[in-house]
Amino acid sequence: MAGIPQLLVHEHHDNVGVVVVEGLKSGTKMLCCITADNSTFELEAKADVPIGHKVALSDLKEGDTATKYGEDIGKFIANVEKGGHVHVHNLKTKRW
Amino acid sequence: MSSQYSNRTFMGYKRDNGRAGVRNHVLILPVDDISNAAVEAVGNNIKGTLALPHAYGRLQFGEDLDLHFRTMIGTGANPNVAACIVIGIEPGWTKTIVDGIAKTGKPVQGFSIEQNGDLKTIMDASRKAKEFVHYASELQKEEISISELWVSTKCGESDTTTGLGSCPTVGNMFDKLLPEGIYGCFGETSEITGAEHICKKRAANDEVGERWYQMWQAYQNDVIEQFKTDDLSDSQPTKGNIEGGLSTIEEKALGNLEKIGRTSKYIDILEPAEVPESGNGLYFMDSSSAAAECVTLMAAGGYVVHTFPTGQGNVVGNPIVPVIKISANPRTIRTMSEHVDVDVSGILKREMTIDEAGDSLIEMIVRTASGRNTAAETLGHREFSMTKLYRSA
Repeated sequence: MAGIPQLLVHEHHDNVGVVVVEGLKSGTKMLCCITADNSTFELEAKADVPIGHKVALSDLKEGDTATKYGEDIGKFIANVEKGGHVHVHNLKTKRW
Repeated sequence: MSSQYSNRTFMGYKRDNGRAGVRNHVLILPVDDISNAAVEAVGNNIKGTLALPHAYGRLQFGEDLDLHFRTMIGTGANPNVAACIVIGIEPGWTKTIVDGIAKTGKPVQGFSIEQNGDLKTIMDASRKAKEFVHYASELQKEEISISELWVSTKCGESDTTTGLGSCPTVGNMFDKLLPEGIYGCFGETSEITGAEHICKKRAANDEVGERWYQMWQAYQNDVIEQFKTDDLSDSQPTKGNIEGGLSTIEEKALGNLEKIGRTSKYIDILEPAEVPESGNGLYFMDSSSAAAECVTLMAAGGYVVHTFPTGQGNVVGNPIVPVIKISANPRTIRTMSEHVDVDVSGILKREMTIDEAGDSLIEMIVRTASGRNTAAETLGHREFSMTKLYRSA
C-alpha cells in the first residue's frame, strides 16, 4: 500500500471508518483502507478527529443506521456530513 | 493433523492431577474477610508465599455462597498454585475449601481462628507455609506441549483499535491453538449485547447456542432490567471506551467478539468460576466485563494464562495467572508502554497482518508460560476481585 493510512474501514458497505493516527486535522485528505481486502480510497476530513474516533463515509441523516463490521452499531440522532466526526453527540445505541 | 504449532513446547510444572502450571505459587488464602489479618501476617512471615486477602465470605447463602466456594477452591486448585494454606474464622467452611483443593492432590492445609486466636493460628500456619515453600521451591520445570495450555481472554479499556487489532490478534491465536487441543475461554455477558445474534451462531451446535442465548437473555432480564436506573450509557460503553472512540454497546460488542477469531466455536457454557468438564475446546463463561472480576473468575476456572487486549490501556493483573497485554493503539504504546507485552500497532499502519500478530502473541504465550514475567507481574498488579451476586444474609 502507498503510505500509512489515516482511516481504516472494516467492510465495504460500512458507512463509518476509524481514524488511526494522532492529531488528524480538518481538511486532511485521508488515505483510507478497507481492511477486508486492503483496497484504498481518499476522503477529506471535515473536522479535527482524535485517534480512534469515527468519520462518516457519506452524508448521513438523523434516523439512519450506522454500519461498522458490516453490522448495525446504532442510529444517528443528528445529520452528519461526509468526512464529519461521528461519536456520542450524533450516534446512539438502539439497545439502552 | 499436525501444524507448525504442534511441536511447540514450554517449560512448566506438571501437577499431580495431570494439569500443567506456568507459575509455582504457595498461596495463603482466607475463607472470609475477618481472616485477612492472619493471612497477611503469615504472608509476611514466610517469604515466597502469596497472601490473597479479599472482602467476602461471611453470611453468604445459596448461589452466592456456591460461587464463593467455587472461586476459593478454584483459585487454590489452579495449576499455577503448588501448595495452599487456608485460614478461616471457623473450621466448617475452612474444611469445605481445603477438601475441594485437596482433590487436585497438591499439599493444602486449613487453620481456623476460633479457640486459637490470631497469634497461635499465625504461628501454626506459618510453620506449615514454610514447609510448603521448601516443597514448592524444589519442584522442577518440565517440557510440556503447548496443547496442554488453558488460555483465557477478556479485553479491557477497549476502543476502536481493539476491534481492528488486538482482539483479532487473540482470535487468530485461538483459531491456531484450539485445533492443537488447548482449552480456551471468553465471557463478558453484558458486553456481547449488540452482537448476541452473531455469538449465538458461534456455538458448536444449535443446542449450545440456544443455552448461550437463554443465559444472555437471563442477564438482561434479571440484572439489567432489575437494577438499571436510566440507560447504561455511562457504564457500557465506559468513559474510557468513549474517550477511545466507541460510541455504542453494539460497536463495543462487535469488537469484543473478534477475540474468538474466524473459525473457533464454543463447545459449552460455564457458570462463573466453573471448571470446564466437556474436554478441550473453547468455552463461554458467564461473567462480568469488569477486568479484575472476570480474570479472577477465569483463573478460578483453571485457566493458567490470560490474554488481554486493551486499547486505552487497562493495567489489570492477577495474583496467580500471568495477564498478557496486547495493544494496537499507537497513543497507548507511546504513553503506557510499560503495560504492554505485545505491540500490534503495526496492524493499523498495515505493516503487520493479523496472521503475523497472532504468531507474535503465540510466541509471547510460550515465553510467558516458560517463566517470562508479564508487564502486569513486574508492575505488581495482583488484583483479586471476587464476584458477589447479592447481599449477604
